[in-house]
Amino acid sequence: MLELERRKVPSRTMIWLAPVLAVLATMVVGGLVFSALGYDGFAAVRAIFIDPLITLRKWQDLGLKAAPLVMIATGLAIGFRANVWNIGAEGQYVVGGLAGTGVALATWEMTGWWILPLMCIAGALAGMAWAGIPALLRTRFNVNEILSSLMLTYVAVQLLYYMVNGPWKDPDGFNFPQTRIFTDAQMLPYLSGIGYLNVPLALVISLVVWFLMARTMLGFQIRVVGAAPMAARYGGFSQRRTIWLALLAGGGLAGLAGLFEAAGPFGQMVPAFPTGYGFTAIIVAFLGRLHPLGILAAGIILAVTYVGGEASQSSLGLPSAATGVFQSMMLFFLLAADVLVGWRLRLRRRVTE
Amino acid sequence: MTEAMAVSILMTVIGAATPLLLAALGELVAEKSGVLNLGIEGMMLVGAVTGFAVTSSTGMHLLGLLAAMAAAVGASMIFGVLTISLASNQVATGLALTIFGIGLSSMIGESFVGLTIAPLGPVFPAALAEDPLLRLVFGHSILVYVSLVMTAAVAWFLTRSRGGLILRAVGENDHSAHSIGYSVTTVRYAAVAFGGAMAGLAGCYYSMVQTPMWADELTAGRGWIALALVVFSAWRPWRLLAGAYLFGAVMTFELHAKAAGLNIVPPEFLAALPYLATILVLALISSRRSVGSAAPACLGQPFRPST
Amino acid sequence: MTDASADRLELRNVTKAFPGVLANDRVSFRVRPGELHALLGENGAGKSTLVKMIYGVQHPDDGEIVVDGTPVRIASPRAARAMGIGMVFQHFSLFEPMTVLENIALGLDERLSASALEGRIRAVLARYGLSLDPHRTVSTLSVGERQRIEIVRALLLEPRLLIMDEPTSVLTPQEVAQLFETLRALAAGGCSVLYISHKLHEIRVLCDAATIMRGGKVVGTCVPAQETPRSMAEMMIGGSLKDVRKAAAKGFGPEKLVVDRLTLAGGGDFDVALRDVSFSVRAGEILGIAGVAGNGQNELMLALSGETPVANAGAVRLDGAPVGTLPIARRRRRGLAAVPEERNGHAAVPGFTLAENAVLTARYRKGMVRHGVILGAVARGYAEEVIARFGVRATGPQAMAGALSGGNLQKFIMGREVLQVPEVLVVSQPTWGVDAGAAAAIHQALVDLAARGSAIVVVSQDLDELLAISDSLAVINEGRLSPKRSVGEISRDEIGLLMGGVHGEHAGGENAAEREAERA
Repeated sequence: MLELERRKVPSRTMIWLAPVLAVLATMVVGGLVFSALGYDGFAAVRAIFIDPLITLRKWQDLGLKAAPLVMIATGLAIGFRANVWNIGAEGQYVVGGLAGTGVALATWEMTGWWILPLMCIAGALAGMAWAGIPALLRTRFNVNEILSSLMLTYVAVQLLYYMVNGPWKDPDGFNFPQTRIFTDAQMLPYLSGIGYLNVPLALVISLVVWFLMARTMLGFQIRVVGAAPMAARYGGFSQRRTIWLALLAGGGLAGLAGLFEAAGPFGQMVPAFPTGYGFTAIIVAFLGRLHPLGILAAGIILAVTYVGGEASQSSLGLPSAATGVFQSMMLFFLLAADVLVGWRLRLRRRVTE
Repeated sequence: MTEAMAVSILMTVIGAATPLLLAALGELVAEKSGVLNLGIEGMMLVGAVTGFAVTSSTGMHLLGLLAAMAAAVGASMIFGVLTISLASNQVATGLALTIFGIGLSSMIGESFVGLTIAPLGPVFPAALAEDPLLRLVFGHSILVYVSLVMTAAVAWFLTRSRGGLILRAVGENDHSAHSIGYSVTTVRYAAVAFGGAMAGLAGCYYSMVQTPMWADELTAGRGWIALALVVFSAWRPWRLLAGAYLFGAVMTFELHAKAAGLNIVPPEFLAALPYLATILVLALISSRRSVGSAAPACLGQPFRPST
Repeated sequence: MTDASADRLELRNVTKAFPGVLANDRVSFRVRPGELHALLGENGAGKSTLVKMIYGVQHPDDGEIVVDGTPVRIASPRAARAMGIGMVFQHFSLFEPMTVLENIALGLDERLSASALEGRIRAVLARYGLSLDPHRTVSTLSVGERQRIEIVRALLLEPRLLIMDEPTSVLTPQEVAQLFETLRALAAGGCSVLYISHKLHEIRVLCDAATIMRGGKVVGTCVPAQETPRSMAEMMIGGSLKDVRKAAAKGFGPEKLVVDRLTLAGGGDFDVALRDVSFSVRAGEILGIAGVAGNGQNELMLALSGETPVANAGAVRLDGAPVGTLPIARRRRRGLAAVPEERNGHAAVPGFTLAENAVLTARYRKGMVRHGVILGAVARGYAEEVIARFGVRATGPQAMAGALSGGNLQKFIMGREVLQVPEVLVVSQPTWGVDAGAAAAIHQALVDLAARGSAIVVVSQDLDELLAISDSLAVINEGRLSPKRSVGEISRDEIGLLMGGVHGEHAGGENAAEREAERA
């Protein structure tokens, strides 16, 4: 019979092989499941996982989707490493976009190089503030951050609805619930052939975070607190400060990602602004092994499924929710494959008597 | 305020509280066995869409309810296999289950958008519930009575029965329970499946009783509120009942304020109210030290018998 | 072939392998009815695996277990209990928030009403002269009382073979004496006892026969009363015992660490914290702090190390300077190092490399960080030095701490602190669960560090260890510390009484009387 046997040390190979296995398993099982549901399952797998990668003109779409995912997931992974479960990145993303929009509306009809940086700062600070609430609740009142950060997402979305329906509604917008369109000074520069500036920025951010996590005391502190809280205290690292750090980093990056979306692809604030990046980023963070460089790769994989999913809606008639099903299946398979990191599968003869 | 109006408000409170209570009872049992399932929202959605789809196709509500429970149990078993047999991280797995439930329900529900079914009505004959006060007692769907009976049943099970004793033992100290000879795995699978079944029923409340039509994510985060209620209750079923009705009241306030065209506060604020209330209540409850110690000691810890 | 005169238990070539280890290699021995039989061996000798197989928790790969003359397959603990085999685990399998009654009910296979069960419990308590309140919640009980639950749970089954796994490691000498009486009464009634321990004095007093294991094999049997502790110890470790080499007695230097009326409020259900603890340690001195677990040692360790700073700065003084309010990192920079009892997850991070574990505590004194950036080469170099100087068996500084054996990891941890040459070193249970070779090396390192002028505090439950390496001794009981005495002028019996809370003339009879009054 098959038995699981604990490895003395987690397998390094398996840590990086598990995501690959998970993606492959998702393609195979996903194909079978969608075939069983009456779709052309394997064409769907091809369309969702392969086509966007081999079609050059789709690469720009990949960057567009991957950049926010990578940024948010990189921030979340800092927290997950420290055992801080911020799952409200979607809300932090929304308030980041909102704060940037606020600056944009306040600087309406102004020009200057300083407007966009100010919007960025506002977006990051708003995301940090929104994530600071769960941090405060956790450190002061011992409130579980999973619940508080998630609840705040619903609050953030309502705040968005209120703003676009009320104070920020475009006066020339035929009563549509949306803000004015940003001016050129308020938009991210567009680099032809690459996309908005946030694509290269996301790359830079993930390299910076990789350095911080791998080489500095800050990263060491976060990893120690997550791996062994008692040892962290013994090493002289404050858990309270780490919780703050983790949530602020996650909130800041999510907020900045939100601002980039608002000042990039959206170009204004609309009710459809929350696109679920904040939740998908959780999958990205895990698939990327909570490692900034792994997250870069995982962000591209998830972006592929988004782009492929959209294309297959028209070409194969797949429902729009199919993407989400594929994405969550990938996380399921990853979590299942993860067992191989700590355990070894062994064929074992049952002792008979 | 007239008697009829008061009754109608109370009816709404009961309606808002019932699905919370159902889902939270299931989660309470799962958590008592040491398993933290963050996938309630996903299981509720799977249940909601299955209940709606089966009722819509067959016209039989009971079949819809049973199918919803079965489907949600199935979803909970994905979680069970990963967290119990493969010892995966319960937080991550629960989140995955929620994302999966949202996607799957919306995919299945796509072909049912726009259809309606006859809502699951009161169990008792309408004649019994003509008087407003009697309506409070006899005017509900079966799910309301199920939720109340299950509260009593879970309370009895946990404190009075041997099965409950074993379940609590597994949640408090899995290694000890294992060394005495109880199967931690079996107990936890059963508890997770129970959680799934209850979440399935809770989901049906939204798709078959409250709004007998399908809309994506129609549970709107209520599964998370149910999760918070379990913390609020300090893992005690009767306190859970009180908590669910308290939240039912908060949500009813939102509905009635909207209906009354209350213009003092924007409607978005009212919509955010239940979530803000949850945070507030969690802050009040969690800062008390007794709550932390009420949590089952093994909650969220993966179990592997040591060799 | 069942017959009345058969052995209660016989093992025939029982073998059990785990990946990479042969835990039990053709183990054979017999236990007579009514015999108190010791199973003796070091940590890792294979005793625990063996008894788990007898109790049905694990199953042999090969060989036979024979109970009352009949070869049996013991599928589960339930099956074991049905055969009349009871077991009291070293780590209690108790459920903290539940009552004694509920805990016992969980361990019984037959279903009884609460009142019927309570009656049976009271009968067993009366028969063996034990006291225990069935309605108390476990979290409010002392360690000795907790063990009594386990014993009562086993006795309710009227076992014919009772397995006791390291039962005395957490008991006071008085509680040990009471336990032995219970076991003798059981044996007189015909029940065999398989008694697992490495405490040689106890085995000599209690047991009729002993089987000695080493490296998974039976290496000898003896009648304990006819042996000396030393001869049994040598059989256990398979060589001659090495004594710690102590430098010739010399005077001590100035006071390095002073603890002055340190008082801490207790947390949790049990109100054991620290009450007016005062002592001082001089340069070159090793102070041993003896005591039964749970009498305030953890709180004392945390307060000394700075993991939980105290409110009164003057309560802990280092070289005369008050440091009580300083956090651990600042104390470490001033030369106060500490090693907590738990290796995995407290003194070291199992999932980190040895180099990273070096960064954990040695980063300041060994200059491993510049402008917030970790200097990897320095960390690896220091880890390498520790590995080499302390004979740590590891593949190198990049080995995972979790991959090391307990003894090797402990050597690494001790080496990591000792090579920083701290002014003061505070260690708890330095050789807990460590093999004899590693223990000797660690003891030697502590003695050498003291000889170089450091002041050392060793908190331990192992009296033999303290007597071997300490210059002076104090005993902690219910959060109070007895006055420090020179090792030469205090007897084992006196220490035993202090551990049990009975203070001698020095501590004053009023304390004991006061405590009696509290109890009444």
